[in-house]
Amino acid sequence: MQGREEWPKKTELTCIRCPIGCILTVTENQDGTVDVTGNTCNKGADYGKKETTNPTRTVTSTVKVKNGSRPVVSVKTKEDIPKGKITDCMKALKGIEAEAPVRIGDIILSNAGGTGVDIVATKNIDKGKTD
Amino acid sequence: MTRKTAKMRGSMDRKADIVIVGGGPAGLAAAAGACREGVKADRICIVERDGELGGILNQCIHNGFGLHTFQEELTGPEYAARYIDRVEEMGISCLMHTIVADIRIEADGRKRVVVMNRSDGMFGIAAEAVVLAMGCRERPRGALNIPGYRPAGIYSAGTAQHYVNIEGRMPGKEAVILGSGDIGLIMARRMTLEGAKVKLVAELMPYSGGLKRNIAQCLDDYGIPLKLSHTVIDIDGKERLKGVTVAEVGRDRRPVPGTEEYIRCDTLLLSCGLIPENELSSGMGVVLNPATSGPVVNESLETNIPGVFACGNVLHVHDLVDYVSEEAENAGRNAAAYVKGVRNGTEEEAVAVRCAGGVRYTVPSQIRVAHMPEEQIVRFRVGNVYKHACLTVRFNDKVVMKVNKKVMAPGEMEQIKLKKNKLEEFAGLREITVSVENWDSGRQTSI
Repeated sequence: MQGREEWPKKTELTCIRCPIGCILTVTENQDGTVDVTGNTCNKGADYGKKETTNPTRTVTSTVKVKNGSRPVVSVKTKEDIPKGKITDCMKALKGIEAEAPVRIGDIILSNAGGTGVDIVATKNIDKGKTD
Repeated sequence: MTRKTAKMRGSMDRKADIVIVGGGPAGLAAAAGACREGVKADRICIVERDGELGGILNQCIHNGFGLHTFQEELTGPEYAARYIDRVEEMGISCLMHTIVADIRIEADGRKRVVVMNRSDGMFGIAAEAVVLAMGCRERPRGALNIPGYRPAGIYSAGTAQHYVNIEGRMPGKEAVILGSGDIGLIMARRMTLEGAKVKLVAELMPYSGGLKRNIAQCLDDYGIPLKLSHTVIDIDGKERLKGVTVAEVGRDRRPVPGTEEYIRCDTLLLSCGLIPENELSSGMGVVLNPATSGPVVNESLETNIPGVFACGNVLHVHDLVDYVSEEAENAGRNAAAYVKGVRNGTEEEAVAVRCAGGVRYTVPSQIRVAHMPEEQIVRFRVGNVYKHACLTVRFNDKVVMKVNKKVMAPGEMEQIKLKKNKLEEFAGLREITVSVENWDSGRQTSI
């Protein structure tokens, strides 16, 4: 299909940078430039460009905790990862177990699923018995 | 659990300047606000029924909290931790695992808060002021009139969220979600990431009740279909849910014959709205607004009972915790001013804040001009989706503000700001009306 794409490519998407949720129209031109309309702020323009060329997400989940006051600890990717890597990241979290105590910001897993991004704890879990 | 915060112990009756009912985001910010305004930390008492502070934020492990307050995207537990740390540093006392059974108003205007817990039984706390910060509850199946059996596998979205994010258990493998409230959308993504198949989100109304960003990030990202104007009309399964029948609804919100579709699933999540939890409030005589199910409050977030304040989701259900914190901090400061006697004395007529044409409610609904801050935020929701409409504010009959809005929806809280000097300058001001009107192609005005 290469070379047969129609230029410019237009995509409509909802901006998720803030609760306003602007409807953006992103136009990708053949020369590689990208135009965004429908945004109310610069963040929206950045989002529109990034979302069509290199979409990323912060992934949040939970990981089991050994000897903790709670059975699981909530975690997140320290930075955004490519949208296409979310499944790899979740798979990498499946088998692992953290040891209490856990503090916010502790690295639970480095380089999750080959993304180069660490998984960090987002909650303090003390040592103790699960109630 | 190690907690630096001093705990109030013993079954003797206690005294406090301010009792705060609930240790979630609203209660924490109210406590900090009161302390900043000069009430001694050990004279403030947060009563929390759970074993940890932070409320529902602890199970909201997704990110997107704090964009307004901290200019960064935090997860729920991280956002809560910032306020918990603050309250602990201040040394504010907290009664954990303690439930408020009753609040009574004494003849001298003081409040008696009756609480109980396992170690101390039932006892009273005498307080000058009370801040209501109990939050809200999800609308349960019983309030939805879904026919059919009552098998296992039907949960409110928040219950499922607790199972997955706090207890580490999955409620099922194949799910249908009824209602497109934010928690339902968040859970659609969460269950998908944990390996479940979310087959459909069905919404009775012709528009979603959730934030647009959640539809984009939680449904669109994972290809989960959202069917508007659809509802569940039958439940299949006796012991465990086997499937649900979904049908389209007409404008009258009744199922359209011939549109029924059977969907196999072992889990049905309900995300059909949140209701402020005001049993305590109404029990003590606080007047509620039927549009919000929360207390009627003035500019100081004070209810009809002097010295009783309300903030957060018990007052009206918010979309953003940032606004809860801001509102609650104000409630705490105002409670502190009440305790210090600043508010006693001159009782003036309040200006009524009314809603008309598309606006469902406003908070506050009364403003005493002398007590309002230099800039008063009035928050409200509209009752329908409005595109290219004009938000209009009137002082008595005179239009004083017009703001054209591209889109307004019931799922997104709106706000206007009123300047104190403008209210003072307007002679004979009796009421302020907020309404949705036709798009104004002329000049927009703002006070």
